[in-house]
Amino acid sequence: MKNKFKKILVLGSGALKIGEAGEFDYSGSQAIKALKEEKIKVILVNPNIATYQTSKNLADEVYFLPVNDFFVEKVIAKERPDAIMLSFGGQTALNCGLDLEKKGVFKKYQVKVLGTSTSSIELTEDREKFAEHLRSIDIPVPPSGSATSFKEAKVVAERIGFPLMVRAAFALGGQKSGVAANMSELEEIVKGALSISPQVLIEKYLHHFKEIEYEVVRDSFGNTITVCNMENFDPLGIHTGDSIVVAPSQTLNNEEYHGLREASIKIVKSLEIVGECNVQYALSPSPSPDGRGGGGGKGLEYFVIEVNARLSRSSALASKATGYPLAYVAAKLALGKSLLEIENKITKVTQSFFEPALDYVVVKMPRWDLQKFVGAVEKIGSAMKSVGEVMAIGRSFEEALQKAIRMNSGAVESVTDNGFKNAKELEEFLNVSTPKRIFAIAASIKKGISLEEIHKITGIDLWFLHRIQNIVNIEKDFSKDATLTGKKFLLLKQNGFSDKKIGSLCGRNELQIRNLRKNMKVIPSIFAIDTLAGEVPAKTNYLYLTYHGNHNDVSPLGKKAVVVLGSGPYHIGSSVEFDWSCVNASLALKKYNKKSIIINSNPETVSTDYDMSDRLYFEDLSFETVADIFEFENPSGIIISVGGQRPNNLAQSLSNAGFHILGTKAENIDRAEDRNKFSKLLDNLNILQPKWTSFTNMKEAEQFIASEGFPVLVRPSYVLSGAAMRVCYDKKQLFDFVTKAAVLSPEYPVTISKYIENAKELEFDGVAQNGELMIYGISEHVENAGVHSGDATIVYPTQRVYALTEFQLREISKKIAHALSVTGPFNIQFLVKDNKPFVIEVNLRASRTFPLLSKAMDANFPEMAVDAFFGKAKNHNFIYPKSVVVKSPQFSFARLLGADPILRVEMSSTGEAACFGKDYDEALLKSILTTNKLDFKNKNVLISLGGEINKAKFLETAKMLVSSGYEIFATDTTAQFLEKQNVKCTIVRKAYQKSPNVIDLIESKKVSFVVNLSKSEEEEMVDTIKIRRMVADGFRVRRAAVDCQIPLFTDLHLARAFIKALVRYPIDNLEIKSYKEYLH
Amino acid sequence: MKNKKIGKLILKDGTTLSGISFGANKSISGEVVFATGMVGYPEALTDPSFKGQILVLTYPLVGNYGVPKKEFWESDKIQISGLIVSSYIDTPSHHAIEETLGEWLTSEGIPALEVKDTRLLTQKLRTQGVMLGKIEVDQNPTEFQDPNLQNLVAEVSTSKIVTFGQGEKTIVLIDCGVKQNIIRRLVVKGFKVAVVPYDTDVTKLKFPFSAVVISNGPGDPTMVKTTINNVKKIIKQGIPTLGICLGNQILALATGGTTYKLKFGHRSQNQPAVESGSNKCYLTTQNHGFAVGKIPKGFKEWFYNANDLTNEGIIHNSMPFMSVQFHPESAPGPIDTDWIFDYFFEKAGLNKNK
Repeated sequence: MKNKFKKILVLGSGALKIGEAGEFDYSGSQAIKALKEEKIKVILVNPNIATYQTSKNLADEVYFLPVNDFFVEKVIAKERPDAIMLSFGGQTALNCGLDLEKKGVFKKYQVKVLGTSTSSIELTEDREKFAEHLRSIDIPVPPSGSATSFKEAKVVAERIGFPLMVRAAFALGGQKSGVAANMSELEEIVKGALSISPQVLIEKYLHHFKEIEYEVVRDSFGNTITVCNMENFDPLGIHTGDSIVVAPSQTLNNEEYHGLREASIKIVKSLEIVGECNVQYALSPSPSPDGRGGGGGKGLEYFVIEVNARLSRSSALASKATGYPLAYVAAKLALGKSLLEIENKITKVTQSFFEPALDYVVVKMPRWDLQKFVGAVEKIGSAMKSVGEVMAIGRSFEEALQKAIRMNSGAVESVTDNGFKNAKELEEFLNVSTPKRIFAIAASIKKGISLEEIHKITGIDLWFLHRIQNIVNIEKDFSKDATLTGKKFLLLKQNGFSDKKIGSLCGRNELQIRNLRKNMKVIPSIFAIDTLAGEVPAKTNYLYLTYHGNHNDVSPLGKKAVVVLGSGPYHIGSSVEFDWSCVNASLALKKYNKKSIIINSNPETVSTDYDMSDRLYFEDLSFETVADIFEFENPSGIIISVGGQRPNNLAQSLSNAGFHILGTKAENIDRAEDRNKFSKLLDNLNILQPKWTSFTNMKEAEQFIASEGFPVLVRPSYVLSGAAMRVCYDKKQLFDFVTKAAVLSPEYPVTISKYIENAKELEFDGVAQNGELMIYGISEHVENAGVHSGDATIVYPTQRVYALTEFQLREISKKIAHALSVTGPFNIQFLVKDNKPFVIEVNLRASRTFPLLSKAMDANFPEMAVDAFFGKAKNHNFIYPKSVVVKSPQFSFARLLGADPILRVEMSSTGEAACFGKDYDEALLKSILTTNKLDFKNKNVLISLGGEINKAKFLETAKMLVSSGYEIFATDTTAQFLEKQNVKCTIVRKAYQKSPNVIDLIESKKVSFVVNLSKSEEEEMVDTIKIRRMVADGFRVRRAAVDCQIPLFTDLHLARAFIKALVRYPIDNLEIKSYKEYLH
Repeated sequence: MKNKKIGKLILKDGTTLSGISFGANKSISGEVVFATGMVGYPEALTDPSFKGQILVLTYPLVGNYGVPKKEFWESDKIQISGLIVSSYIDTPSHHAIEETLGEWLTSEGIPALEVKDTRLLTQKLRTQGVMLGKIEVDQNPTEFQDPNLQNLVAEVSTSKIVTFGQGEKTIVLIDCGVKQNIIRRLVVKGFKVAVVPYDTDVTKLKFPFSAVVISNGPGDPTMVKTTINNVKKIIKQGIPTLGICLGNQILALATGGTTYKLKFGHRSQNQPAVESGSNKCYLTTQNHGFAVGKIPKGFKEWFYNANDLTNEGIIHNSMPFMSVQFHPESAPGPIDTDWIFDYFFEKAGLNKNK
């Protein structure tokens, strides 16, 4: 078939956020590859600089610009594409497409929307119209109604009756939705939902129904398949992104499985979907007695809950769970191809028209990081809160579940491990759905609570509870008689017990168990995911380990292979940027005729795509699993420095096991990571570092304070709850933090270091070879030190740094690289105070800033790292860049009820985006626009400046705003200050004062952005009486801004930089230039 | 598990896999085949087309939702000779449970083993082709027996005419081992269905009827010579005829086509059948070890398999004679091709029946 399209625009999803994570890098990358194969020119708009899809060698032109109607229209006007694809960039791209359609942009520039039509997308997005549509084709939907006010909502509620499910229309990931059991709960949820959406949908809450999903693919000729179905472990009411999900369904019989499958096909046909679609169902676990019978699932009691007419997180999961290249196929279908024309890239022997048959069980488990957000509510429900996920594959549910638990954080070994203090706490965690519920279930079973009782409380199907009971029973039996026979070993391993866990049950360590196990020849089999359950000899390289086998599907690759460890699940602090490094390292191995073997457990990644490595083990990044794979494959080496901290942590144990680590030696990694050794090294090298000590009792801490004074940064080695570090300004704070949040004992010392205030923070990233620096880049934080580097706005090249300082940084880095004999990637974080650089951290691995610098400098750092591993790295000629790039953090506070959106020493952003510009201001403004929705036409701003220092430092900026035609709204002291300085402003009442007050101002969206600078903590200490009220007041303002999606600035430096850029650049003057244009 | 006896699956080539028995304490022999469907084990186990076979299920967890009432089975008993799974689930959960799979197998006298590495077995069968095997439980030896040498159809067919449904018009269903869902689907579509023994000379029936459906069934189609000869007579009289699975092969043989044995057959719920000359493809359920080779004169290929290009159905150029290799009645499996029945009735001039 000839293609009529020569140039196609693909929209990405921007920065990673809760509800939109790395899965869209996977889908976009696949789509671009599918289009390139057809010799189509591809234009991509995506400001997520850490994605693989924005690589130079993928799309023909990449625009690092916000994915919204304003910028995309400009790109369309410039590039004039024939067609656009909206379904590969999540809800962000879809919403942008709908806006463009509404504005008539596609018509104006004659751009064809490929795949599913915008009218179908619109239909699926308008809940009421869509419910009507489904009813018209005889597909049941829960009784429902919609409302645009609480008054209307009340009427609907009275008609349907409680309990009710309330959702916001046009919102991603179930944002602002919830279950209401009565009128007052309804009021609260409806108000929240209406703040982000003009419409709420209210429907009958289907208590303890099963939640089942289907991933459907349809071509323009009407051929339809369902790639996979999935069953949620949790019943309806927990967002599927926050539920443990199992593929395929476990508790459905033929009638149910195929009845829902047929309904999916009917829905997809009625919408004329071309490409991919996801359908979510509620299925009654106990239908009326005549619930079965009749073909086509007519006798089933079910309702459609949601339809997503695009690639989604679930479709990424389905793709990784089955081996079916969903996104690739969807892109081909959007071009008008039929499912019969598309070669199956995975099996190479079957067609794309088929439904995968699985001969394994897949368990997806969400990764939450709720403890990272101060104040965030731990309860999970219909609004997604998780920030990442893992996928485990096994031949039994037990094997897969226990793998998933280990993959998740690396800190928990088994479903039977839990830290419930007492019976009361256990009961609480069983009754309330939280990330700990699965552990509460196992603990309750162990305690003797009946499965029926647990089922009644949780609604989780007895089938799953029986499987957990099986794990508990096996552990119990083993605890009674811990003699390890081969047979018993096998039983434990088949049910997912790790060596470490077995060891802890019988008083031995992991290595003793490992040796014992190997002696008894209990070693895992290596099975392939071939999409066809072994029916045909498919050529797949997609593997997992299981103890339910006695053969291997593949033979070892041996010395021609190198293992690359991935990053594991995305979480706060480890995101798509590490996957980018991992992928680039894997691809670079080809240069050295090495086959790459990737190990990773994260289905939202490009690194787990079928064409990124020669072999992919979808496996845990634990020592046990990595060692099992290493010993089987017998490769020439292993790369641990491109997947973030998790693989890096294995350095010592892998090295001790005699595995060859490529690059920097484990003992040198240890010298950088062990605080005592590292500190000594810096002293020897005459490199400055903030003064520090570690203490095991408060007396030692007081001695340190006596000589160094406050403020101090406190980092416990064992955290009980909440923050892992804290800046303390006085003894009381220090005492409170150490006693309440941490363990202090000789076994768990607490580290205390001098906190240098008002210092600049700089990042040094480089690659060295045998201790010699080969390439480096220095980037600068816009915020002062004290904001976590992951939350900071970062600019390259540096804007406010003296050449001498940069020179010093380079010399220090060279010294460190040399002293540690660094080979491969490394990153050093510096504080600069009065032009004196202090080293605060060294990571002998690829850092978060690697993709940013690689793209800004047009040099592939991970590839150079691989060159260095093979001794072939060449010195990089530094060329001063022609443009500036600014990276902005993406926060997801809006999705985390109760969380305080303020920047701290601990990271809380979920993603990042970056834009190039002709200068700092232009790049910064664009970059901020990628992670914030700013209404340019609205010239009202709200300013609240805590403390005298902030007031004084902000004065010039306030004047700038007024002279540029902005109207300032300010609360009491800020307003008084501004008036005194002759800066015109309007006074608004504080949040605790009567209405109309500052909260009303925000909720009515009267202001376009909010600057809320808290008093420096030092200042706060002076005034202790009013403090509580003021803190609460600030929190309410920040929370309201976040909840109403109004840009919020809580950092003085960033606020000033933003406003300076804003008044300098009217939006129409922002450059629309592609990445290549910025480079050349 | 109450029954912890150990058993062995022994293949003709000597391969031996041992496993825990969860079915009847009995040793049997049969042809070992594998099926890749992820749901529908009660339907598969009662499908008469599996007569004489030891069935290996590739989905590793079997027994999850227990066994429903008899009225939902595909025949009135378990038809397979033995069952092999990776892991058996003895704690099912489902609203329609009557008994556990283990209880059912035991009461029906069918042995079953958990052998863990069913994937190894599947790979062996796909490479070397289906082969004879035996299950020995509790060290009771037995001999290899080739079920394909028996007239399996005779063993599973009804012995007398039975009717179902209330429709005005009657469809004669030749029972070569019919799945109940073919009958159910015909009844739903408003017909009276007369199920007749496989060797019935339909042209001599004493009651009026409008069309003939030749059912699915086990084994080698060339074993059912009587049926083939009878179908010749039906075709000669121009009676509208639809063949399903074995019925496809019988129709082909009766009209001058040929059949052959596939290496390891199609036994799954994800077989793509392309409608010849179109770009339409359907996902189908299949369970057969033989296929149509030469297409008979006057017929054309109706469907073919997108994966291995084998025949999936034939249709006459002008007369209402047609057959499909897949199962339009599904159970288990996708129900995408239910329209085959409607299409047949339309071509037979019966679509306004209801």
